[in-house]
Amino acid sequence: MAPTDSNKSDSNKSQTKKPAVQTTGHAWDGDIQEFNNPLPNWWVWAFYLTIVFAIVYWIFFPAWPIGRDYTKGVMNDIEYTTADGKQVKTHWNTRALFEKNMREAEIEQQKYLDQLASASIEEIANDEVKSNFAYSMAKVLYADNCAACHQPGGAGVVGAYPNLADDAWLWGGSFEKIKTSIAAGRNGIMPAFSAKLTATQIDDVAEYVLSLSKHKTDVGKTARGKEIFNGTSGGCYFCHTKAGSGMESMGAANLTDSVWTLADVPAGDNLQAKKEAVKAIIQKGVNRKMPAWDERLTETQIKILAFYVHQLGGGK
Amino acid sequence: MKHETIETNAGWLIALTLVVISIGGLAEIVPLYFLDDTVEEVKVNGIETVRPYTPLEVRGRDIYMREGCYLCHSQMIRPFRDEALRYGHYSLAAESKFDHPFQWGSKRTGPDLARVGQKYTNQWHVQHLVEPRSVVRGSIMPNYPWLLENKLKYKDIAARMKALKIVGVPYSETKAEYDNNVKRFGKDVAVFLDINQAEANLINQAITNNYDGDKTNVTEMDAMVAYLQVLGTMVDFKKFDDGHFSTFR
Ligand code: HEC
Ligand code: HEC
Ligand code: HEC
Repeated sequence: MAPTDSNKSDSNKSQTKKPAVQTTGHAWDGDIQEFNNPLPNWWVWAFYLTIVFAIVYWIFFPAWPIGRDYTKGVMNDIEYTTADGKQVKTHWNTRALFEKNMREAEIEQQKYLDQLASASIEEIANDEVKSNFAYSMAKVLYADNCAACHQPGGAGVVGAYPNLADDAWLWGGSFEKIKTSIAAGRNGIMPAFSAKLTATQIDDVAEYVLSLSKHKTDVGKTARGKEIFNGTSGGCYFCHTKAGSGMESMGAANLTDSVWTLADVPAGDNLQAKKEAVKAIIQKGVNRKMPAWDERLTETQIKILAFYVHQLGGGK
Repeated sequence: MKHETIETNAGWLIALTLVVISIGGLAEIVPLYFLDDTVEEVKVNGIETVRPYTPLEVRGRDIYMREGCYLCHSQMIRPFRDEALRYGHYSLAAESKFDHPFQWGSKRTGPDLARVGQKYTNQWHVQHLVEPRSVVRGSIMPNYPWLLENKLKYKDIAARMKALKIVGVPYSETKAEYDNNVKRFGKDVAVFLDINQAEANLINQAITNNYDGDKTNVTEMDAMVAYLQVLGTMVDFKKFDDGHFSTFR
């Protein structure tokens, strides 16, 4: 609606009676007027203050572009020493501020880290200060990087990610071996046998595998399975050894204990179900990867994690 | 123009309001296009290591946007100590220079993904995307099982890359453009940036790397995991001095 000059309608009386406030002179829809109150003083001053602040900011902080460069501001130098001992002095910027922050924290932590870097695992375990520091750091590192696969507490997921809290190890449970597992990663490989062996042969060898861990199995099948396991047709012994006790250099699982990392044998409530779990692994084979962490984590961080995993319960 | 004219004409009011509020944005953003330091130079032995996405990664990124992953995940590690300790080196401007639009995001319901590439295995990503709670108890991330079921549509991949080329991503169509990419990114990378080979390259990458654990099909999962696995892996920070990238500010 176009504004009319002023309004004279009755319904507006209550408003027009109010103390005289200037209006813009417009009236909308016949009776809606627009007041023209002056801004409160505090608001006006706050507004001027923001302008003053902007000018001060332009002087002291990086602000104005000039061609391909920009003003760096005055009296705002950031100074720090890099890890390799270089003195850096630069104008204020968030990245330099970050570098400085990181260095200060590193220097603070360095005395502990240095001690850990040179300490043996026994020294760390037996020294309260060192082991407390290692634990508190390891917990965070583990939660950020490992728990998604190995689960909180290292419980793992049967069939996918190995348990780190028990004393059965694929690649070895010594401190050094655990450290290697973490730093360089691991790849557990077992070929698929679905094409190489017949269904009966797979059934027999699975029967034999279960006999290794003291399950009550069929004598005839077990004997035939043993032939396959230790002979050329299966060749299982090549990785799992003739005794079936596994081989650390290949990451081959120990089949004689009650710990299962891939075949969920304990979940099966009769022999047939347990055997199906074992057969599934033999048929499909395994190709499991543990990522390498030496790109993402520092040597000391890996050492701290190895200490933590070693202490989770099963270190050797 | 009289105040009254603007107030009584919605069209003018909208147009002029837009002009006024864009002044702030223009004054802050436009100069960045002209500053030398805005986008860092990342070269190792004269070769640029930040490269455009391969055809398969392009499709993965499309699906990332289609599924709205950016609503819960940022891809921007800020230069703060706490973020660096958890996610790794802060993000460089150069790392998203071929992203149109960028996926920086502004909401972290889940963790930042700027450097998630190579952190986990393909197997983990597949399992996690199909059913997050099967690996991370208590996760509130939704299940995306259809990624594994849907065949990837890739017939239009060349057109998609051409569209990106128009906004400045250096995919090549001619021999001259290809040669230029060989100089910029090296031969191995340049091959993947060739629009004429796009479809073959896409299928090849999906089948060779077998991201989804099924060699017979190219699924949306192949594309998604290929994309996730490359995030944040293009700059090898060990090749640069400590604090090198702060000299660009
Ligand atoms: C993407 C999933 C994943 C992540 C993340 C992961 N791991 Fe692993 N890890 C595995 C898999 C799978 C294996 C088994 C490899 C094999 O089959 O040989 C494994 C094996 C291991 C082993 C050897 C276990 C043994 O029995 O010998 C150790 C030790 C280990 N991981 C520690 C860690 C630590 C510490 C971290 C965090 C820095 C970590 N892992 C992160 C998947 C993962
Ligand atoms: C090339 C070496 C290799 C050969 C040959 C091999 N395996 Fe394995 N096997 C492995 C490895 C390595 C693992 C553990 C994989 C992992 O944890 O990542 C494994 C795991 C298993 C498991 C699962 C154990 C568990 O704890 O869940 C069973 C069962 C098994 N093998 C049986 C067999 C049988 C039966 C044969 C012969 C038909 C065989 N393997 C031949 C390397 C081999
Ligand atoms: C409702 C919010 C939400 C949405 C939508 C979402 N996520 Fe997540 N995401 C999470 C949360 C919460 C976590 C942390 C718990 C977990 O690992 O599952 C997470 C974790 C992740 C991780 C592991 C990160 C790490 O470093 O451990 C990846 C990878 C991931 N999401 C990818 C995706 C992808 C790809 C999509 C889109 C298909 C997606 N997310 C959609 C909430 C979400």
